[in-house]
Amino acid sequence: MTAPPSLEVSRLAYAYPDGTQALFGVDFRVERGERVALLGPNGAGKTTLVMHLNGILTAGHGTVAVAGLPVGKGSLKEIRRRVGLVFQDPDDQLFMPSVREDVAFGPANLGVTGEELERRVKDALERVGMLETIDRPPHHLSFGQRRRVAVATVLAMEPEILVLDEPSSNLDPASRRELAEILRGLDVTVLMVTHDLPYALELCERSLILSGGVIAADGPTRKILADADLLADHRLELPYGFAAS
Amino acid sequence: MHVPDGFFNAAVSLSAGVVAAAGVAVCLRGARRELDDRTAPMAGLVAAFVFAVQMLNFPVAAGTSGHLLGGALAAILVGPYTAVLCVAVVLLVQGFFFADGGLTALGVNITLMGVVAVLVGWGVFRLITRSLRGRGAVVAASFVAALVSVPATALAFTLLFWLGGTAPVEIGTVAAAMGGVHLLIGIGEGLITAVTVSTVLAIRPDLVYGARELAAPLVLRGAGGDVTVTSESPAPTAPVAARRPGWFLPAGIAVAALLAGVVSFYASSSPDGLERVAEDKGFSGQAADHSLGEQPLADYGDVGGIPVGVAGLIGVGVTLAVGGGLFFTVRRRDEGSGRGEDSGRKVSV
Amino acid sequence: MGAGHHHRLHRPGDTLVHRLPPQCKLAAVAGFALVVVATPREWFWAFGLYAVLLAAVAVAARVPAGFLLRRMVVEVPFVVFALAIPFIGIGERVTFMGLSLSVAGLWAAWNILAKATLGVVASVLLAATTEPRLILLGAQRLRLPPMLVQIAMFMLRYLDVILEEMRRMRVARESRGFVARDVRHIPVIARSAGALFIRSYERGERVHLAMLSRGYTGSMPVIQDLSAASRQWLVAGMLPGAALAVLLGSWGVA
Repeated sequence: MTAPPSLEVSRLAYAYPDGTQALFGVDFRVERGERVALLGPNGAGKTTLVMHLNGILTAGHGTVAVAGLPVGKGSLKEIRRRVGLVFQDPDDQLFMPSVREDVAFGPANLGVTGEELERRVKDALERVGMLETIDRPPHHLSFGQRRRVAVATVLAMEPEILVLDEPSSNLDPASRRELAEILRGLDVTVLMVTHDLPYALELCERSLILSGGVIAADGPTRKILADADLLADHRLELPYGFAAS
Repeated sequence: MHVPDGFFNAAVSLSAGVVAAAGVAVCLRGARRELDDRTAPMAGLVAAFVFAVQMLNFPVAAGTSGHLLGGALAAILVGPYTAVLCVAVVLLVQGFFFADGGLTALGVNITLMGVVAVLVGWGVFRLITRSLRGRGAVVAASFVAALVSVPATALAFTLLFWLGGTAPVEIGTVAAAMGGVHLLIGIGEGLITAVTVSTVLAIRPDLVYGARELAAPLVLRGAGGDVTVTSESPAPTAPVAARRPGWFLPAGIAVAALLAGVVSFYASSSPDGLERVAEDKGFSGQAADHSLGEQPLADYGDVGGIPVGVAGLIGVGVTLAVGGGLFFTVRRRDEGSGRGEDSGRKVSV
Repeated sequence: MGAGHHHRLHRPGDTLVHRLPPQCKLAAVAGFALVVVATPREWFWAFGLYAVLLAAVAVAARVPAGFLLRRMVVEVPFVVFALAIPFIGIGERVTFMGLSLSVAGLWAAWNILAKATLGVVASVLLAATTEPRLILLGAQRLRLPPMLVQIAMFMLRYLDVILEEMRRMRVARESRGFVARDVRHIPVIARSAGALFIRSYERGERVHLAMLSRGYTGSMPVIQDLSAASRQWLVAGMLPGAALAVLLGSWGVA
């Protein structure tokens, strides 16, 4: 018997309260230690899918399981520890008055206190190279620094899987490369939601395409990005002058 | 109209503090019903929004400009309880971090711009939207509610001023001046509020009012293009839980009536009435020696001839009655619905 | 009177006043303001002594006089109001430089100006020497309901973000040639306000989701403990204590 996959999504469907349906039966699994990119055009339902992974949205139909534990009312606390969600706008993620309090927020909610809390905060900041900003207010940091602190806030919860929503958006080239180095150095399962195809190729060996609320393709990133017709069908494009093979 | 320290005597400042504390305590519980565990972040963001729109100056008439109070707007957009909390927090932050509005006048400021403006605004809004339906009615009601809330707040200010103001100004003059100017400002407030509400209605109607369309059932799409319709319906809206602000209507009307009645009564009768009281009393307070004139002066806090003690007593009485009334109404409702938890702590500033 | 709010008052420093726990400073300022408000307006020299007390605090906190003066602009609207009272006041009148002024009005104007000014200076000193979030935590120690403190925390955190969004909207308006001149332009400004509300509200929703994602269940974890030693309470109590002594002393004299 092998360990259960880090993430298993089956037949997931969801419609918003206003009646707009965003997901129409999503199926995929992410094995432990994998780094997977979830690609898709705007409006494909990427963010909606992400919200299901830690139970913020409740599946209208189908199931999500994290390391074998199904997402449901009773398991929310443990699910939210296991799934570390990094939001697209670090201003949404960093809501506390100082970096220290922000990184401590998650583990403190899990009941971690005292020296263990301090250790986790420092350790998480160390891993993203932001330890020296520990006493600064988040809104005084640069955008790239804020995104790295945002990653630290979920690392401090020691998650099973790290889910990043558009991690490279709005970053300058240097911050983008630094973040890639940090992500590559982390020893966790990663699901990266993006339409930055080169970034997916750089970091993830496998990719999924979510389009029209269903998984339209699943395979090695290199292969998917080389299939020009597939990309064109789902409004995905490589930057000018870039070839995946 | 952030009142600074020293504008009102200690009795009115303190009793307004009690009213503000009671109002905030009631609204803390109410907001939890409106927003559940989203209270802190949502109210915080809406408070930041209120703070920001208060900085929007708008031209009123030639040369003068006013700025938004935002009480009625907040009440219509996020519900009366949350609105009071937001305005209270805005005032708290302005007092603490920007030295705008005296710390001892915090109670007066929260009572006027938080409790009264929201109560009157929401009361008027409900009154209109109860009899008229539709998007246009909501916008029109927003205009009237915001328009009325501003002079009502000004009249409440005048009432407090009559009870315990430190300046010997004719109460009728104050009422006329405050009411007149604020009626003008109220038009701007009403206009901005109505257009703001209609803008939000056009983009995200679910944020304004309980107008949520019925949702269609979920559809499953298979890889081969097959389509199944499930029996499950979309998730219920997390945001707006059941609102039960029913008591806001009578309370709002009561406050408005009280203001209108009391203030206009004294405004009309004051030219003779108050002066005669002053003459009868003969400005009996301890005469202090000073360089400005030989005439014995009224004791400090003596307004329009009403001794500070009497004014203070009336102030405490009226404010406690209003605050207590609010408290009991809500407590009874809560006990009735089996939600009789801790009645909330008071603000102790 | 919303103008001028974007000037932050906090001046970082490391003085005795800066180091005092926030709850002590808050209680001290509130106590001082109460004593000032309760002082009869005829006692000129008591107000002089209060001003000296505040000056002493300012010196101890190394807050320069120019800073205090600049931050007092919030008072201006009420100075205007106070100056009008002698003209519209009732009762006995005196003639001064050809102007007919109400005696009681003059007293009232003095009363408001003196007390409001002392109150504003005390508040500015508090805000200048205390980090905003510490003031809020201090207020929570003084039994301000935690929910109110949290709302204020979120408000402070996102105020700059929202003001920046508002500024961007104004730039967008003005870059297309719009300038608000009269009443007819109100709807344009109001539509921006509507858009700003939606952005604020949606950000609030996203922040709430971010909180839920990290295990928020309705109460904020206590991460920083602020406890005050009795010695610190004593130090902070010196301001309202001295003011009270002045008040009671004056009573004895009068």
